[in-house]
Amino acid sequence: MAYTPHTADDRERMLAALGIDSVEALFAEIPSSVRAAGLPLPAGFPEHELMAHLAALAAANRTGLAEFAGGGVYRHYIPPIVDQVLLRSEFYTAYTPYQPEVSQGTLQSIYEFESLVAELTGMDVVSASHYDGAAATAEAALMACRATRREHVLVSAAVHPHYRETVATYFRGGDLALDEIPLVADGPSAGTTDLAALERLLADATRPVAGVIVANPSFLGLLEPMDEAVRLAHAAGALLVAVVEPVSLTVLAPPGAYGADIAAGEGQPLGIPPQYGGPYLGLLAATDPLIRQIPGRLVGMTTDVDGRRAYVMTMRAREQDIRREKAASNICTNQALCALAAAVYVATIGPHGLRDVAAMSAARAAELEATLAAAGAPRLFPGPYLNEFAVRVPDARRVHEALLDRGILGGIVLADVEPGRPELADGLLVCATEVTTSAEIAAFGAALSAVLAGAVAGRTGAPAGLASPAGGVR
Amino acid sequence: MSVPITPEAAAAAALLGPEPSGLSVPPGAGPALQPTLFELSRPGRGGGKVAHPPKDALDRIPAAARRVTPPALPEIDEPTVARHYVNLSRLNYSIDTGFYPLGSCTMKYNPKVNEWAARLPGFASLHPFAPDALAQGTLDLLWQLEEALAAISGMEAVTLQPAAGAQGELAGILMVRAYHRARGDLDRTEVVIPDNAHGTNPATASMAGFTTVSIPSAPDGGVDIEAFRSALGPRTAAIMITNPSTLGLFEKRVVELLEMVHAVGALAYMDGANLNAIMGHFRPGDAGFDVMHFNVHKTFGTPHGGGGPGAGPVGVRAALVPFLPSPRVLREADGTFRLEAPGERPSSIGRMRSFVGNTGVLIRAYAYIRAHGGPGLVQVSEDAVLAANYLKHRVAEAYEVPFERPCMHEFIASAAALKRDTGVRTLDVAKRLIDYGHHPPTIYFPHTVEEGMLIEPTETESVETLDAFADALIAIAREAHEAPGLVTSAPTTAPVRRLDEAAAARQPNLRWRPVAGAETPCPE
Repeated sequence: MAYTPHTADDRERMLAALGIDSVEALFAEIPSSVRAAGLPLPAGFPEHELMAHLAALAAANRTGLAEFAGGGVYRHYIPPIVDQVLLRSEFYTAYTPYQPEVSQGTLQSIYEFESLVAELTGMDVVSASHYDGAAATAEAALMACRATRREHVLVSAAVHPHYRETVATYFRGGDLALDEIPLVADGPSAGTTDLAALERLLADATRPVAGVIVANPSFLGLLEPMDEAVRLAHAAGALLVAVVEPVSLTVLAPPGAYGADIAAGEGQPLGIPPQYGGPYLGLLAATDPLIRQIPGRLVGMTTDVDGRRAYVMTMRAREQDIRREKAASNICTNQALCALAAAVYVATIGPHGLRDVAAMSAARAAELEATLAAAGAPRLFPGPYLNEFAVRVPDARRVHEALLDRGILGGIVLADVEPGRPELADGLLVCATEVTTSAEIAAFGAALSAVLAGAVAGRTGAPAGLASPAGGVR
Repeated sequence: MSVPITPEAAAAAALLGPEPSGLSVPPGAGPALQPTLFELSRPGRGGGKVAHPPKDALDRIPAAARRVTPPALPEIDEPTVARHYVNLSRLNYSIDTGFYPLGSCTMKYNPKVNEWAARLPGFASLHPFAPDALAQGTLDLLWQLEEALAAISGMEAVTLQPAAGAQGELAGILMVRAYHRARGDLDRTEVVIPDNAHGTNPATASMAGFTTVSIPSAPDGGVDIEAFRSALGPRTAAIMITNPSTLGLFEKRVVELLEMVHAVGALAYMDGANLNAIMGHFRPGDAGFDVMHFNVHKTFGTPHGGGGPGAGPVGVRAALVPFLPSPRVLREADGTFRLEAPGERPSSIGRMRSFVGNTGVLIRAYAYIRAHGGPGLVQVSEDAVLAANYLKHRVAEAYEVPFERPCMHEFIASAAALKRDTGVRTLDVAKRLIDYGHHPPTIYFPHTVEEGMLIEPTETESVETLDAFADALIAIAREAHEAPGLVTSAPTTAPVRRLDEAAAARQPNLRWRPVAGAETPCPE
């Protein structure tokens, strides 16, 4: 047991002070009928063996391919300073800043995070973080219901499927209703939220709508008609929840500009590695009138008794430890260290750098579009996109598998994440970012051509001469 | 040699016993307050980390979709960013700087090897939409972690998906709801919760659509069995109890309580916040609890991060397995692993969040469990309970300890008598501890104990540290009698003194705006 300071003598000294012979006496209140006798787990590893075991598990993953998967989680360049700051154990071994006098580092960093996200989103109030984009979207939907005292929310079918499913889970408890807004089936707006359908759904006076959730860019990578969605929602007395991707907000209109009431999103692109699902960073921001409805921690600037600037968790009357069953949410501790990562990332990359990240990702994506189209995979939907789009590939699942054999993670098989959507059955969702190289794009194109040609020729083997583009492929 | 902070402090410091370690730091030598990132910004500084895109990169984006006014983000060079955050970090108290006895939070040492493990590129760079074939190492680890948590808790199966303890509670109570509905039992609308529960318990029950029934605790600190009996009935969906309780006491009548709950057809939820006390001594699943959550950032040493991220796995007994959140990690007959496909298990309550869980946190928890093994985890609990009882014994020299029974991993002390005699409140004692170099314990929780201090030392603090903390508390009690101003004006050695929290809530300043920011002077 590597982390205890206690020697046998220390334990004896404590037992002697308590006047008992054995620590068993301290567990005497556990009824004998339910008393466990140890744990059915093997003995611990010495640290060097533990490290070897963990390194072997990490090596059993296959990474280092030429990667084109996004779907809400994006590979961006992360300056090493981000992780160096996260490794300051004054940050990572502190707890929720309940004692502000000795927590000003965490508190100021959260206040700065709130301010940075407020600038990016153009919103007034930013929560000090939520679990991830999905949970933040679910909390946004609940906020809309509380603020309007209505029980019906509409979510675009082009919002990330995990977010839609999470909203549905969160709605189960309150018996709140969630309906999907279908997508435009064809024409220049194919794949985007169907505004005519939205208007019809909003017009049903028997089921007044609390909120309308639309993502921009959508899960399918497309830019959505946010101005129109806001106009329609507001005309029906509903709030508009914009699901946003933070890097894109340096080049795309922010939710504050088009009149969204709530912005939710995934903060992972701001300096947080993919790490197979988390921890990530739920972004949740709102306009001033909704300030008392926003769940989660808020940090405010105030002064101490000597008039010095200081920061403190505030408006705590919304929270579970004060309000208990009447709280805005059960959320308490969530993702402060991830918020710190995002703030350090934004501060280091800077406003021009962040815009360069978004624009370079867009440029790489355009290059990818041309390459894949030439290889026989045209776009599935024609509308404008930023850095992610769907392409049509016959037998997409098999092609995706064949690409893996050639060192390419060729995006996401849409049929795997959106089963039961015939219009997506032949789709691969692919993305590029500033770290995507032209060589990787060319390798993807060549591999796709070869796989598709092989499919045509009825071959299954890999043609010779396809070099591994990114190295590290086993 | 101490440097006087105020004349009164100087006089008192000369008069009193052990010198608060904080007072030996000369004013001004401590970490200084920092300007905001926005005040550090100078046009043209910083950036240069990524290549410039071609000029036409955004030409294909329609003008109406573009941002018109760029965000007013700060422009700062990297050296200044580094200095800003390092200096901010120095304003924090943390486990790695000192004793952090926050009751109910289990602020134990966070092993460094776990930080190394989570950062291994094979783990950290794995995309969550990577096909199962690419993720076998992580899936293997997650599956083994589920097995280990099931072994520790005596539960049938575990989900790792919830992102935090509170989200685990929500998953657990939604499973309770689904269980009753699946049986056509639609009238169970109530969740029964003791009044000393964490606030998350009633907040969770509300979020899951239940009304809550609050039960007062018995004089011995345990649950009031008779009050529970009269609250239970055909409308009861579940009880939620914390065991050991938030008073640090094991629920002696737990067997009887669980029998009563099951007799009326309800389920029993155990808040696992206090699992650090009972590993290898009590397995909730064996005792009859139906569902519980784990706080890996408490029991299994993952960092608290200044307020997250954590993870909140949930264990369930067999009857609740069909309702577990999706996706589950499955082990195939050939020994490979895969994630459940969307819609594969229609009885599931659904997703709690995106992807499989807070994997980076779960890797740390797995490493912790593997480092200790079964015998090591039992020793963890025994050392935590021994340390808490020893500290309680010492603190009782100067404070009331309301319950005479042995405590588990934490105990509650009260400054009610001190307040009566001197006017010094628990809040003041807590703030004065800062001057002695210790983090305050949890105060005024549970609400059921007057002027309460919930103290949890954990197993990773030495006897010397426990003694130093007890000595400080005892010295503060003396100060309260002899120089109460010293206590009520504390802290005096922290980076800031007590805050105007009322003003912060009345006129919230929740984001930097140049005008609002200028109202309070920028620290130099």
